Amino acid sequence: MSATVDTIPAIGRGFRLQWEAAQDCHVLLYPEGMVKLNQSAGEILKRCDGERDVAGIVTDLEQAFGANGLERDVLAFLDMAHQQKWVQW
Amino acid sequence: MVSAAQRPGPPLWLLAELTYRCPLHCVFCYNPVDFATREHELSTDDWLRVLREAREQGSVQCGFSGGEPMLRDDLEILVAEAHRLGYYTNLLTSGVGLTEARIAALKEAGLDHIQLSFQDSTREVNDFLSHTRTFELKEKVAAMIKAHGYPMVMNVVIHRLNIDHMDRIIGMADELGAEYLELANSQYYSWAEVNREHLLPTREQIERAEAITARWREKLDGRMRIFFVVPDYHERRPKRCMNGWGNVFLTVTPDGTALPCHTARMLPGLEFPNVRDMSVHDIWYASEGFNRYRGTGWMKEPCASCDEKEKDLGGCRCQAYMLTQDPAAADPVCAKSPHHHLITDAVALAERSGGRSEHPLVFRGPAESRRLAKAGGD
Ligand code: SF4
Ligand code: SF4
Repeated sequence: MSATVDTIPAIGRGFRLQWEAAQDCHVLLYPEGMVKLNQSAGEILKRCDGERDVAGIVTDLEQAFGANGLERDVLAFLDMAHQQKWVQW
Repeated sequence: MVSAAQRPGPPLWLLAELTYRCPLHCVFCYNPVDFATREHELSTDDWLRVLREAREQGSVQCGFSGGEPMLRDDLEILVAEAHRLGYYTNLLTSGVGLTEARIAALKEAGLDHIQLSFQDSTREVNDFLSHTRTFELKEKVAAMIKAHGYPMVMNVVIHRLNIDHMDRIIGMADELGAEYLELANSQYYSWAEVNREHLLPTREQIERAEAITARWREKLDGRMRIFFVVPDYHERRPKRCMNGWGNVFLTVTPDGTALPCHTARMLPGLEFPNVRDMSVHDIWYASEGFNRYRGTGWMKEPCASCDEKEKDLGGCRCQAYMLTQDPAAADPVCAKSPHHHLITDAVALAERSGGRSEHPLVFRGPAESRRLAKAGGD
């Protein structure tokens, strides 16, 4: 099902998110592979801690980057990430 | 040679082959046929140092394999350190020796992932193929893996002796709750090369197996992801072996030899460094063994002037050497190779012979290993 502002996303089982100095980016590690994340993907996933809901994540991102109107992009990204099993809820 | 401009990326994957010891006797075993002559295993401290050094060079994935890695009683220590260093830790096991106590300890140590290998879905064929009664044990292990919250990832090596059981293999994987199933056709190196006449399936068998796999994919509707890896003998272009020589993978064998792939030691005229004498940094960037077949500079015709050379990098060096005695030749799987007939002949023989061979099937084991090492004059 699609993400809404009430969804509480967490990193998917079997995936591991970490900052990787050698790649200079956040990466998602999973069996037999690695996804290098661009900055916005890294910033969103970093906040998927299984505690905050999407509304909270969006507020936090908007504050951190002095932006607004991020909700649509965040929801779209989370739907994609959910399909890839990077996140679960 | 490798200039500064083409400096290779980091060794993202560290494959730690902890031991060649194994209670099983697989006829397709990928350990070198002379494994029994290489008994001097790295110590715990050696491995801890290798883990640290490789991590410093940018390794992120660590696979613990063997042989049977469960036979190392320091496995939990190594996994814990790898986890602490920031590796994604993978265990590749046949399940023998994976008890409830050890899986709990491994989980506690931070093990991320387990891949369980099966020889087949039927107890009889499984026992025949692995030469031991391990099938029921694997069922138990599969249940433990799930109970500890790991995704259940199964790997089955496919060959002529089990390919006709594809339907049952997939059905069993589903029953065990496998989320990923890799059906990897045997590659013809090491023990599988010795047994090639018995193991190489026919084109028709592969097509049937693929059709069965496709039907299951539809039926399962995403519940289990199935990867079917076609044997390259049935292709007209080689695979990009190890994703490129010295490009991603760093294999460290039980005795500390560092290799770009686990069979590379067979190649003549090439010294491979040992982690006992050289740092991972120097092994990866400065050793002759890792630089020799990097990129495309070493190629001869037909590869040198081929417009596909960046795609497959000339295929597998070991396969080229095994079949043509020249490690810099094009992989004979390639239809452009002047040796391609060696592949088509082997496939044709598989079609004709019905899998019968005048050579007996050779089960992997120390005695056979010593015999083969002697015969090979090694
Ligand atoms: S392929 Fe079989 S015999 Fe070889 S190491 Fe693996 S389980 Fe042991
Ligand atoms: S000739 Fe060499 S580089 Fe070209 S496709 Fe064949 S193996 Fe690859």
